[in-house]
Amino acid sequence: MPLYHDEDQAMLAETASQFMAEEGSIQKQLRHWRDRDCKDGFGHGLWEQMAELGFTGILIDEDNGGLGMGHVEAGIVLEEIGRNLTPSPFLTTSVLAATALGNGSDDIKGRYLPGIVEGKAVYAVAIDEGAKHNPSRIKTRAEKSGNGFKLSGQKDFVIHGASADMLVVAARTSGADDDEDGITLFAVPKDAAGMSHDAVRLVDSSMATHTKFDGVELDGDAVIGEVDGGREILNKVLNAGRIGAAAEGVGVARGAMDMTVDYIKQRKQFGKLIGEFQALQHRASHLYSEVEIARAVVIKAQQLLDGDSEKAELMISAAKAKVAKAAGLAVREGVQMHGGIGMTDEYDIGLYMKRDRALQEFLGDVYYHANRVATLSGY
Amino acid sequence: MSDLDTFRMETREWLEANCPAEMREPVRDEDDVYWGGRNATFKNDAQKAWFEAAVEKGYTVPAWPKEYGGAGLSPAEAKVLREEMARIGARPPLSSFGIWMLGPALLHFGTEGQKKRFLNEIARGEIRWCQGYSEPGSGSDLVSLQTFGEDKGDHWVVNGQKIWTSYADKADWIFCLVRTDKENKYQGITFMLYDMASEGVSTKPILLISGSSPFCETFFDDVKVPKSYGEDVPAYVGEVNRGWDVAKYLLGHEREMISGADGGNTGTIGAAMSRSADEIDPVLRAELAMFDVDALAYGAMGEKFLDEIKVGKAHPAQPNMMKYAGTELNKRRHELMMSAGGSRNLEWESDETSGGKPSRNWLRTKANSIEGGTSEVMLNVISKRILDLPGA
Repeated sequence: MPLYHDEDQAMLAETASQFMAEEGSIQKQLRHWRDRDCKDGFGHGLWEQMAELGFTGILIDEDNGGLGMGHVEAGIVLEEIGRNLTPSPFLTTSVLAATALGNGSDDIKGRYLPGIVEGKAVYAVAIDEGAKHNPSRIKTRAEKSGNGFKLSGQKDFVIHGASADMLVVAARTSGADDDEDGITLFAVPKDAAGMSHDAVRLVDSSMATHTKFDGVELDGDAVIGEVDGGREILNKVLNAGRIGAAAEGVGVARGAMDMTVDYIKQRKQFGKLIGEFQALQHRASHLYSEVEIARAVVIKAQQLLDGDSEKAELMISAAKAKVAKAAGLAVREGVQMHGGIGMTDEYDIGLYMKRDRALQEFLGDVYYHANRVATLSGY
Repeated sequence: MSDLDTFRMETREWLEANCPAEMREPVRDEDDVYWGGRNATFKNDAQKAWFEAAVEKGYTVPAWPKEYGGAGLSPAEAKVLREEMARIGARPPLSSFGIWMLGPALLHFGTEGQKKRFLNEIARGEIRWCQGYSEPGSGSDLVSLQTFGEDKGDHWVVNGQKIWTSYADKADWIFCLVRTDKENKYQGITFMLYDMASEGVSTKPILLISGSSPFCETFFDDVKVPKSYGEDVPAYVGEVNRGWDVAKYLLGHEREMISGADGGNTGTIGAAMSRSADEIDPVLRAELAMFDVDALAYGAMGEKFLDEIKVGKAHPAQPNMMKYAGTELNKRRHELMMSAGGSRNLEWESDETSGGKPSRNWLRTKANSIEGGTSEVMLNVISKRILDLPGA
């Protein structure tokens, strides 16, 4: 498969690009909700509009009302989300939760997938237990209780945790904290007794929670997949989420880069456009190279994942790490090249820096994924 | 079975029958590469047999038309041949600047007479070519070149000096940029072809920091270059004074080649370095991992670039980006390989290092970001042609 978008994908990209630039713009969405101190950090109206375009069900199969597309297509939407810093539950709900639920029983699918397709439901995924991503250690426990389970523990960095209608929770049903096996995924409804959220606004003005499970009682039908067999689904969720976050990161990088290149073509100092100075030209050109290379590894990883290739995991980690490097460079150069104005809240470039920081941390940062590249390569 | 599958089967059989086992080993040193030319000798019978079989089949230049010595393969067939050769690790039967540089220029700009004569000679490895571009004062600023050809009616008299002429001391002919109009900077250069045995041509090898080098200084002292070698075979490519167009076209090719965009040189090194080293410092391991991330990403970029070129989607200045990123990456690769190898890799002359290969290769890579246009020049081109920055 060639490493560019085919005709259908290019059309989707055009639709997504137009829609996100018009309806998902920084002014209409990110700043709007932030300046109102919105408790969700995003607008439900936009979420429904995205559903009308079919975006929300991109990764959901047609039997369940979705479009049955792949990660290349989800990435197209995510890149535009990134470019416009559009706050939405797309990554958590349409990518992470949809992947988890898609691996569940017909009952689970029937209960939760329509809400995604219709853009009515918001789901969160609770994996991390601490400030750094480490899904190989899961301490949150679900003990057998009657014909169901009793869930105890704490999850951190749960994006949209307090706004979510349901949380997909990775918990341990057997074994020790570091065991590969013994993981089970649960669909925990919003109003479950014993679940409490400590909601916090993050640097990019999105909302996350520290969520506590204090003996939360769950029915047996809350299980997604098999009891003790959740690791495989969790890995699928992580693959989908990581390449999704990488795609959004490419959008952030391109948005910041475009804004910066435009700026140095207009801003004058010492009687010259600053874009005429070679010191800035070389840095801008280096940045361009890094962002292009990051785009390439993202589409490569998306295609491998869609093709179910055994090389997908390595390339996903390479992509997540490479995007972190390129996008990090884009936002740092962006703020620096904007000069003093880049430090003001009024200018958007700083918003890119904040979003990049949050995305970098989500599902493993550059160090986590570079280390994973080494491990998967056998060293 | 599709035509392409049939072609693959036939190619596989042909390679099986014609590529000797010795020619399926990785290239270890200079002797393993056959460059052709008037004075060429074969290292062994296997090299000779492989070369001759390839010439007969048109596989020294498989994608060139048959009347010019090629096999007339379609791009898809040529790809199959490349894949099948890679599958068995077959060495190229012939390495040549004629194939890589002059050939593409002649295919694009040459007269029918030039193509018939020179392309066939190149395909059969009869004439070894060298490239006369750089001058002591004109490296990346190539267009400032001073070597001058004075018009004497039916010939030019060429005077001047070239530098970094790869294998000039071993080449039979040169394709050379010569100024023929001192008033016009860009439109005063002619792309000439002439015999290195001509009176007044001399060469001197340049010793490099790697302890060896294919490079030479090349001097022209009243060299008489005829304007024509026969009917429809002018001694210049394109038009007189318009050689810059040809040079620019070729530089694009060269940059793609050096960048490793063809799929070579994009590999990861962490696993191999960790296996071969006595002990890997955790910080070095981290650097290797960071490098591998960049190498995997660059490999994907190379693939994407080739896919996009095929359908005309790539930006025309994209080879500059590939060259910049690829050469910087390769320098970093060798820095890390030196670190991982430790004191063993410092050995300049030992059997274990095959005569200091690691350190010589490491030093050699420092030229990657200089030859074929420096990294700084590549960044200038990106600024101007892709980012459209003012005054770039």
